[in-house]
Amino acid sequence: MAASTAAAPGARAPARTAGHRWHRLDRTVSPYLYLSPFFVVFGVFGLFPMLYTGYVSFTAWRADRPGSEGRWVGFENYRKLLDDPFFWNAVKNTLGIGVLATVPQLLLALGLAHLLNYRMRGRTLMRLGVLLPNVTSVAAVTLIFVQLFGRDFGMVNWFLSLFGVEHVDWQAGTLSSWSAIAAIVTWRWTGYNALLYLAAMQSVPFELYEAAALDGASRWRQFRSVTIPMLRPTILFTVIVSTIGALQLFGEPMLFSQQQDPTTGGSQHQFQTLALYSYNQFWGRFKYGYGAAISWAMFLLIVLVAVVNFLAARRMRGAE
Amino acid sequence: MTTPALLRRRRPRTDRQLTAGRGVYVVLGAAVLLSLFPLYWTLVAASRTNTEIHRMPPVLLPGGRLWHNVTQVFVQTDLRLAMVNSLIVAATVTASVVLTSTLGGFAFAKLRFRGRNTLLASVVATMMVPTQLGIIPLYVMMADWFHWADHLQALIVPAAANAFGLFFMRQYLIGAVPDELLDAGRMDGCTTRGLVWHVVLPAARPAMGVLGMLTFMAAWNDFYWPKVVMTQQNPTVQLTLSELAGGYIKDYSLVLTGALVASAPVLVAFLLMGRQIVDGIMQGATKG
Repeated sequence: MAASTAAAPGARAPARTAGHRWHRLDRTVSPYLYLSPFFVVFGVFGLFPMLYTGYVSFTAWRADRPGSEGRWVGFENYRKLLDDPFFWNAVKNTLGIGVLATVPQLLLALGLAHLLNYRMRGRTLMRLGVLLPNVTSVAAVTLIFVQLFGRDFGMVNWFLSLFGVEHVDWQAGTLSSWSAIAAIVTWRWTGYNALLYLAAMQSVPFELYEAAALDGASRWRQFRSVTIPMLRPTILFTVIVSTIGALQLFGEPMLFSQQQDPTTGGSQHQFQTLALYSYNQFWGRFKYGYGAAISWAMFLLIVLVAVVNFLAARRMRGAE
Repeated sequence: MTTPALLRRRRPRTDRQLTAGRGVYVVLGAAVLLSLFPLYWTLVAASRTNTEIHRMPPVLLPGGRLWHNVTQVFVQTDLRLAMVNSLIVAATVTASVVLTSTLGGFAFAKLRFRGRNTLLASVVATMMVPTQLGIIPLYVMMADWFHWADHLQALIVPAAANAFGLFFMRQYLIGAVPDELLDAGRMDGCTTRGLVWHVVLPAARPAMGVLGMLTFMAAWNDFYWPKVVMTQQNPTVQLTLSELAGGYIKDYSLVLTGALVASAPVLVAFLLMGRQIVDGIMQGATKG
């Protein structure tokens, strides 16, 4: 079909140079035209505010003090940050919740993916079932879990009481509040990550398992020496993405709090994350400059953790 | 003795996948139960009184007050306005993201132009940047420059196109649109717009559906940015929900009814399109 029609326009082309030029223009310009909405939106509402945050973090801008927006103070905000116990507290909470919310989650997802990879009846239903938590909103899920984690009438405490554990006040303690928040994140994201792992598992060439089996490798040994190395790119991807998500936690700790001011992250700030602290400073106290400095510190922390994860994953490869 | 062992080893060659034993079903069944239980419990709590859900041991079956609780939530909160707002925002954002992502994804997947690889790399890089980094200037822009604070366009315009959608459609269109078909179209004198209309859009439809679903859910569920830029005067669903839980004396059956009503649209969408969503997520994972 292509060959039969190819001759006609080719023969007509010299007679229609205007049309030809229009076509060349069309082919040069169209790609940029199609990409322009994204780059315009990202430039105006993504890149520009990010860079502007950097500038704001060097000023003493407070929304409740007119005329303060341009007052340059150099590294003053960052110096204050290093001496701010609430900032370090938030760093500690963010990292602690981050570890509790990602490590068990990804290990569970890996195990779940392995099981979902078996041939079985009701395969689609199982996949749908584990993905369902992911489509509900952070706000809805957190409110549901706040009820489940209730001190006196929550189902979690009722269940624990069957084993003799008495009335845990989940919001009150550091480790208990971190665990509860981590549980909310884990419940929402494990199935999603399991599906990503499952997809990667299904693209592992079966011959590798056959070869391993012929060499006498056990199931567990095959999982460790064939599955895990083949999954490494996916694992790396999920580690980075979950890390970025976990270090930005906002809705979960905010709605988990039962305090009058939910941005404090508990009575002793025991689960105030960096995102909450930044929000507390710029939204509750109008400190734009200081809030911006917290935002940049948070970004640097995310980059740092992502690089550490990346290097650790690369070393894993070297050890094999 | 050796023959059965050899046979056993060979069996996977025909099966490709191991068949699940009873243990696999038990563990997976437990995982699915754990995934469903909090949502089931929400339904139970939403159909009972506050006193009933605070009984020990807990009640585990739905009661008869669902309709009463749902009307109460609509009477006591702005949920009606919030749902209309969320619907407008999510629908507009979805239409815009699907359209811009399909066009842009097509450009990345099938068109040759200068700077393609650099631009693609920059799109992927932007996915790694945390959204919260620009939040203060973004709020100042919306409130002081555009005077959009508390207006729906503050939620719609910044979300009108995104890197994930662009990348998602590119991955799909690489395989879904044969180069020969595009070349043939060009030979016939088709403009790029003509190719989009006659070749790309028909081929992209399944992926557009999945992307639309994912975008709608994300827009409907968004909490952080609406919390910053909107007020309770003009709330989205998630804001009304957080307000409902913020009161001093909490009626948990009403709070969980709110959670149920707020989740209902995405749950229904998931029931209708869950299979395609699962496939879409898994395809995106392997082609990356």
